[in-house]
Amino acid sequence: MANIIDELASATARTDIPEFRAGDNLKVHVRVIEGTRSRVQIFQGVCIRIQGSGIGRTFTVRKISFGVGVERTFPLHTPIIEKIEVVTRGDVRRAKLYYLRNLRGKAAKIKEKRDVVPTR
Amino acid sequence: MSTHTRTVKGLLGTKLGMTQVWDANNRVVPVTVIAAGTNVVTQIRRPETDGYAAVQIGFGEIEARKVSKPKAGHFDKAGVTPRRHVVELRTGDAGDYELGADIGPDIFSAGDVIDVSGTSRGKGFAGVMKRHGFHGVGASHGAHRNHRKPGSIGGCATPGRVFKGLRMAGRMGSDTVTTQNLRVHSVDVERGLILVKGAVPGPKGGLVVIRSGAKAKVAAS
Repeated sequence: MANIIDELASATARTDIPEFRAGDNLKVHVRVIEGTRSRVQIFQGVCIRIQGSGIGRTFTVRKISFGVGVERTFPLHTPIIEKIEVVTRGDVRRAKLYYLRNLRGKAAKIKEKRDVVPTR
Repeated sequence: MSTHTRTVKGLLGTKLGMTQVWDANNRVVPVTVIAAGTNVVTQIRRPETDGYAAVQIGFGEIEARKVSKPKAGHFDKAGVTPRRHVVELRTGDAGDYELGADIGPDIFSAGDVIDVSGTSRGKGFAGVMKRHGFHGVGASHGAHRNHRKPGSIGGCATPGRVFKGLRMAGRMGSDTVTTQNLRVHSVDVERGLILVKGAVPGPKGGLVVIRSGAKAKVAAS
C-alpha cells in the first residue's frame, strides 16, 4: 500500500541533486519562463534550512540583495531547478540558521569548513 | 420518480494515502492516491422492477468461505466472484450497464470534477470544544475546573427544559463524509490508480466512493 505511494514519489524524485546541508553556500540554477522564452537564473546564497522528508523535502536559500535579505524556499525535487552547485561548505553547529536573519555584514559570514588535517 | 435521471459515474476504491506531484507548469499538486481496481456490476435496478434506476457495484477481494450463502447466490447470479464491498449508485443510465461487466478507473479522466465519500476517522467520545468548535471557558480569572466545558445549555424555568438538538459532547467521527468538487489529476489504468487533487475523507486503507461531481457544472465554470 505504502509502496505505491513511494513508487509514485520516486518516479518524480531527482537523483542529480548533490548532498548539502545548512550553512553551505549554494548556487541554484533556476529555470525561469518569460512568456515563451525560458532562461536560467542563478540564485546564490546560504542554505539556512533543510526541512521535510521524501518528495516533500524543501530547502531555503538566503542571500542579501541590494542590502535586503531575500529568502527563497525550493522543493528539493522540483523540476524548475536545473542544477545545484555547492560553492562552499559551511562550518556551522545548527541545522536551522535562523540567527543569520538578525546578523548583517561580517557577523553574518559563515566560516568555511576545512577538512580535518591529521596533526603529524 | 424522475428526480434521479442525472447520469452518475462511480467507482469504489481504497484510499492509499497522499503524496505530491508536479503539473505541467512545474507547480506542486497535493494528491490523494486511490486504488480503484476492477469494480464489477453486480445488479441493475430498473424502474419497472425496483421502482428506481441504479447500478450496484462490487469491489474488493474476499475469501469465498467468508461469504454468506445469500450473498454468494447474489454474486453467482451476476456471474462474478464475490466482492467485499457492494454499493448502489443511482443513475439515469443504469439500463446501459451490463450485468457482470467490469468497470475500471478509466471511466474518469484527468480534469473531471468528482465527489468522494468516505468514513471519517473515529474520535471516540469528544467534548464540545473538539466536536463542535466551542471556545470553552477562560484559562484564568478564577475559572475553576471548567476550562473545556460548554457553559450554559439554556434557561431556567422558561423553557424549563433543554432544547432538542443542542450541541453537546458525544461520539465524534466515523461519519460518512463527502468532499465535493475534487478534481482528478491523473488516472493510471494499468495499476488501477486514481490521483485526486486534494484530500479525501477517511483513514489510509479506508473504503471511498468516487462519483462524478454533483456540482460539476458550477465547479467547471
